[in-house]
Amino acid sequence: MADAALDALYQEVILDHNRRPRNFHPMEHASCSADGRNPNCGDQLTVWLRVDDDVVSDVSFQGQGCAISKASASMMTDAIKGKSRGDVVQLYEKVHKLVTGEDPALAKDKELGSLRALSGVSKFPMRVKCASLSWHAMKAALDGASVVTTEGPEDARSAS
Amino acid sequence: MRASSPVSLAKRADFPLLAAQPKLVYLDSAATAQKPASVLTALETYYSTVNANPHRGAYALSAAATEAYHDARVRVARFIGVADADTLIFVRGATEGMNLVATAWGRANVQRGDNIVVTRMEHHANFVPWQQLALAAGAEFRIVELDASGSVDLAMMKRLVDSRTKVVAFGHVSNALGTIHPVAEIVSIIRTGAPQALAVCDGAQAVPHLAVSVDGLGVDVYAFSGHKIGGPMGIGAVIVRRAILERMPPYQFGGDMIEWVNDYETTWNVLPHKFEAGTPNVSGAVGLAAACDYLDALGMEMVREHEVLLTTAAMRALAELPGVTVHGTATAEGRSGVVSFSIADVHPHDVATSLDAAGVCVRAGHHCAQPLMRAMKLPATTRASFWVYNTLEDVAALTRAVRATQERFAGV
Ligand SMILES: Cc1ncc(COP(=O)(O)O)c(C=O)c1O
Repeated sequence: MADAALDALYQEVILDHNRRPRNFHPMEHASCSADGRNPNCGDQLTVWLRVDDDVVSDVSFQGQGCAISKASASMMTDAIKGKSRGDVVQLYEKVHKLVTGEDPALAKDKELGSLRALSGVSKFPMRVKCASLSWHAMKAALDGASVVTTEGPEDARSAS
Repeated sequence: MRASSPVSLAKRADFPLLAAQPKLVYLDSAATAQKPASVLTALETYYSTVNANPHRGAYALSAAATEAYHDARVRVARFIGVADADTLIFVRGATEGMNLVATAWGRANVQRGDNIVVTRMEHHANFVPWQQLALAAGAEFRIVELDASGSVDLAMMKRLVDSRTKVVAFGHVSNALGTIHPVAEIVSIIRTGAPQALAVCDGAQAVPHLAVSVDGLGVDVYAFSGHKIGGPMGIGAVIVRRAILERMPPYQFGGDMIEWVNDYETTWNVLPHKFEAGTPNVSGAVGLAAACDYLDALGMEMVREHEVLLTTAAMRALAELPGVTVHGTATAEGRSGVVSFSIADVHPHDVATSLDAAGVCVRAGHHCAQPLMRAMKLPATTRASFWVYNTLEDVAALTRAVRATQERFAGV
């Protein structure tokens, strides 16, 4: 594994969000929340959402995790705030294709903004679940579930 | 110190995987060890010259397979100091060994009002089977905590074992921290406070690193995994005192384990067959015996000495790095070749990914010891573990890679 791949994984944006995670706190009057757990590594985080008129008006998270899972969660909170439920679900699907490498073109997709920094994860199959943990938790919260684990069939190929 | 210690104890060339990847720094032998060529040859030779179903054919080849299987059992028993080889049951590994005893002995002997004692330091394989047995039987599940020094609190164990204790399960060596537990003292606590209890010892991390004499330990049950001592995956053994095995009901039912099958009842075969239902893993046993040969040729005392050297060097080098915390006992003498550590502000998964980029393989995570990690208030650690093929150069590579990781993640 070359250092270039490592540089692509730990881009400055990622390291910055890891060091200073945005919206990193519990939320008191959330509409919904969910815990994301990665049973393989014990990582665990909670995502809180405030949804008003079908728009995510506020979002926050807190928990234990590696740089990838923390940065991904932090960037997610920035990215989905103010978006409609439908747009959030669309973004969720895009990010999934980005981190798994299913659609390499997404690495250049302008709409993804700083989330494109997560494209480096696709070279590290063991870390895909780290990047998707908060997204799964966010989606579960929107769908009314309270706990989600990374052991769903979706990323069953990669263990972390 | 041996003159040859700065290089590896075993020849790297003896291990085909390592020989093919000369740059690889493999520091995850506590998870599974690389295999000597002699083990791979033993597997190949078995399948290309001896293979037949043992115990079942009246022809010479089947007799040869039966003999190979029997010889392997005797060889492995000798390696770990078991005189009565028929009390050594081949299983898939330590996990299956514990499940065998928890299921077969546990269901027949543990009842409501009884209790089961385990320690906080156990691998899930020696924790969950007992926890589940307690739940199923309605027995109390008791956990011996760690003392201030981070060792198993023996005073607490003394208080927890009593006349209703049916099982005391403890590790010989911790996989998460490398701590070597005082087995003799623990056995004496059990025999004094709970003479009726089964003394169950998990040897998965001891057999690869120490000269073990199971008979000398005085425990009732001892289990280990072949893949951690250079043998193939899918073979290991559980050793149980003969008197207990003879009274214990079978674990699984089927071929080989029966003496006579009547229409409405069955009688059981003698030991060890009573506990080995179905076609056994003969090649695995043969491969495991070859691993025992390999280690005996090196000498387990030499293995231990080599690991203390590497562990001492690694603990010293890592402790010198600001921001690095080494967990567990203060000296290498109190532990196997395991160094579990944390880097301030860098998550162990990021450490492992970063080390991997430098060709250094380590384990990051909870090491199948979540109850322990909870007590230590650590979500995860990074673990480097050494074995016979590792060198001081590997320790230096680890230290360099840790430093590079710190630099990568350091920031404003
Ligand atoms: C202390 C300890 N016990 C039990 C086990 C389980 O061994 P296996 O997975 O080979 O059954 C391990 C291996 O990880 C271990 O380190």
